[in-house]
Amino acid sequence: MPVSRRTSVVLGAVALALTLGACGGGDDGAAADGGNTVTVRGCNPQSPFVPANTNEVCGGDVLDQIFSFLVRYNPEDGQPENEIAADISTEDSVTWTITLKDGWTFHDGTPVTSSSFVDAWNWAASGANATLNSYFFEPIAGYAEVQGEVDDEGNYIDGSAAAETMSGLAVVDDLTFTVTLSQPESQFPMRLGYTAFAPLPQSFFEDPEAFGQHPIGTGPFQFDSWEPNIDIRISAYEDYAGDVKPSIDGATYRIYENDDAAYNDLQADQLDIMPLLPTSALAGDTYKIDLGERFVSRPTGVLETMTFAPSAVDSTYDEAGIRQAISMAIDRPLIVDKIFSGARIPANGWVSPVVPGFQDGACGTYCTYDAAAAKTLFDDSGGYDGTITISYNSDSDHKAWVDAVCTSITNALDVPCLGRGVVDLATFRDQITAREMGGVFRTGWQMDYPSLENFLVPVFATGASANDGDYSNPDFDAAVKAAAANPDAEAAAAGYREAEQMLAADMPAIPLWNRVNIAGYSTHVENVQITIFQTVDLLTVRTTTG
Amino acid sequence: MGRYVVQRLGQMVPVVIGTTFLIYALVWALPGDPFAAKCGDRPCPQSYVERMSAAYNLDDPLPVQYVKYMGKLLTGDFGQTFSGVSVAGELLQRYPTTLKLTLLAIAVELVIGVAAGVLAGIRRGGFLDNLVLVSTLVLVSVPVFVIGLLAQVTFGVRLGWFPVTFDGTFFSLILPAVVLGSLSLAFVARLTRANLVENLRSDYVRTAIAKGLPRQRVVGVHTLRNSLIPVVTFVGADFGGLLGGAVVIEGIFNIPGVGDMIFRGINAHEGGTVTAAVTVLVLVFLIVNLLVDLLYAVLDPRIRHA
Repeated sequence: MPVSRRTSVVLGAVALALTLGACGGGDDGAAADGGNTVTVRGCNPQSPFVPANTNEVCGGDVLDQIFSFLVRYNPEDGQPENEIAADISTEDSVTWTITLKDGWTFHDGTPVTSSSFVDAWNWAASGANATLNSYFFEPIAGYAEVQGEVDDEGNYIDGSAAAETMSGLAVVDDLTFTVTLSQPESQFPMRLGYTAFAPLPQSFFEDPEAFGQHPIGTGPFQFDSWEPNIDIRISAYEDYAGDVKPSIDGATYRIYENDDAAYNDLQADQLDIMPLLPTSALAGDTYKIDLGERFVSRPTGVLETMTFAPSAVDSTYDEAGIRQAISMAIDRPLIVDKIFSGARIPANGWVSPVVPGFQDGACGTYCTYDAAAAKTLFDDSGGYDGTITISYNSDSDHKAWVDAVCTSITNALDVPCLGRGVVDLATFRDQITAREMGGVFRTGWQMDYPSLENFLVPVFATGASANDGDYSNPDFDAAVKAAAANPDAEAAAAGYREAEQMLAADMPAIPLWNRVNIAGYSTHVENVQITIFQTVDLLTVRTTTG
Repeated sequence: MGRYVVQRLGQMVPVVIGTTFLIYALVWALPGDPFAAKCGDRPCPQSYVERMSAAYNLDDPLPVQYVKYMGKLLTGDFGQTFSGVSVAGELLQRYPTTLKLTLLAIAVELVIGVAAGVLAGIRRGGFLDNLVLVSTLVLVSVPVFVIGLLAQVTFGVRLGWFPVTFDGTFFSLILPAVVLGSLSLAFVARLTRANLVENLRSDYVRTAIAKGLPRQRVVGVHTLRNSLIPVVTFVGADFGGLLGGAVVIEGIFNIPGVGDMIFRGINAHEGGTVTAAVTVLVLVFLIVNLLVDLLYAVLDPRIRHA
């Protein structure tokens, strides 16, 4: 019957749609709740799992679980403690002798030797490999020689490097190697727990691409699988040589693009640990209602600042008194309370409080709100008529606090202040790097490793890589150099603190607040701790069922 | 019929070239150096920036970049994202998920929408008719992300009937699909109702009734088939909209689909990734609309493609 045949075509199309929809679903990727494993909020790694190429949290979180380093930062106070290293010693802060503990193995069973470090560092520093983290190896002698050149089109010229390996690295025997720096650096061991300094097994050099898809580390957990956009699975490594062994059998990093989706899963107990709660949950302390006691907060090594444009770009703020007055005009505690619901700590210096040797109050009175004193100082310094603009990238949550800071400044100094949003981080950073950004702009510093040096030298030394305000003070440069050369760790730290105080007199950047990490967890887990790097400490976490 | 299909396929070539060039040019025309944001609040190492610029031909003029890119695309080389992930691999993983979600949403809107439209149409002015009119008005006027978040919190977090987010299973796609289909569902119901009411007054229906055919057959076969033509047109066009517009729903339910890939590609200034994803999107859209046009002849034999 022709009529019903045609009808069936339409119905068939609908049926087909339903069948297509139904196929392929099923067994793939159901989250591993229960048992003795935990699920952690993860995100898409921005590059394959190669330590020298990972500089962001999505990949770094996972790498830090599957790698152990020469030193491990104490989860409580951030102090470096020897892990794979048995001893790190120097006489002059230039040549360092590093000996390794015996018995460490990679997850493929091969032993960890001094070559595992030397070869990995040479690979990471080599210009031919163009790694994101190559600058970490800059202090090592011979770094410049392995950089090589690129042609007009930007392609690397093979063999253009003066040397294949850095002259500063030398293998003494299987468990000993020496590192010679190009200049003294008393805080050098502080660096060695950062991802870029990971040892690599021989198999990496044979096929870096395959390694990036399936990394082989030395840490408490070994890599199982990575299904892009879905999850990353790791499991406990039985032969782990570290002192603390994990109590869980493994973990699944479930990948989320969206904080709120992850937070909803957390509330429904379908996700166990979320290392950083979304702004929407922090607002009005909503998370305390949603999660009860199931959250932890911890200060982390992220300092947020406002930097004055280089004098060559914008000479409006050349007078130090004006910069100090603006800093004094910002009511930090009020803004932290109103805007961040306590997820920040007002800053009174340029180093995060999580750093060993941190000094409280380096900024002195200039970081304490005092509207009257600020106004007096402002007028005494010649005042300023016009509008203060504070630029920020508007693809992130910055507008609210910038507006609040502006209100605070206007109320205290009686100068109009305006927040200026730049469309996204790429455009924003591009304008800063190209020295096209005038006025005041937001900056931030996330430490690479918990040392005083890391908060001062890369940001404020003359010509340093992250010195966005082109700050240059010969006394400051000399002070940090002297501190670096001081072989006595205590004295070196004192030297850095002295250098930090010089920043108060010049105020090249206004310290605003330090970030506090607020993490949440489900009813399936307990004893959740967050490291100063804002990652979950999987060694301490326990499941309630396992 | 055959000639018509070939002709339509031929028309697709300039459309595809035009759209891909536009997309490619627009993404690269975004201000800002794509590598300025790769290292957070500090500049990236120069060797890295130079290598990446060379790998993506960023130093060439735009048309040259585009030709080099399309040359590779035609040989099946979709390239890599800035993260070093194969674009072809991402597409193969993401398209099936988005297609499943879209087809499921269309099934929802067709089944529920047509049924509601028919029920409303045959009892014009009755209680059911008014109920459908009011409820579809509500669906149309509430933004889709509001419905999405409400559904997620109510049925996922509070009641626990559905998974809160996509976990790889088919079951976890149902709630997002219902939300995604809900807006179009309202349009389908109203279109069906209006056309059915219109056609029920036409001469051939009066003839059919006069012949003594049962009412069920008059409505179900004679009238509904013709009335579905505008509905099919709408669903065909809607298919493309759903494919691309799923970005909101994919975000709320954490579904790793194409919408999300395009969104992140634009954020990261990855012209190649966005172009590849959109090219496939355009092709699917064109083919579906061809199928819709061919379906007209099936629904109404008076329409013939010469």
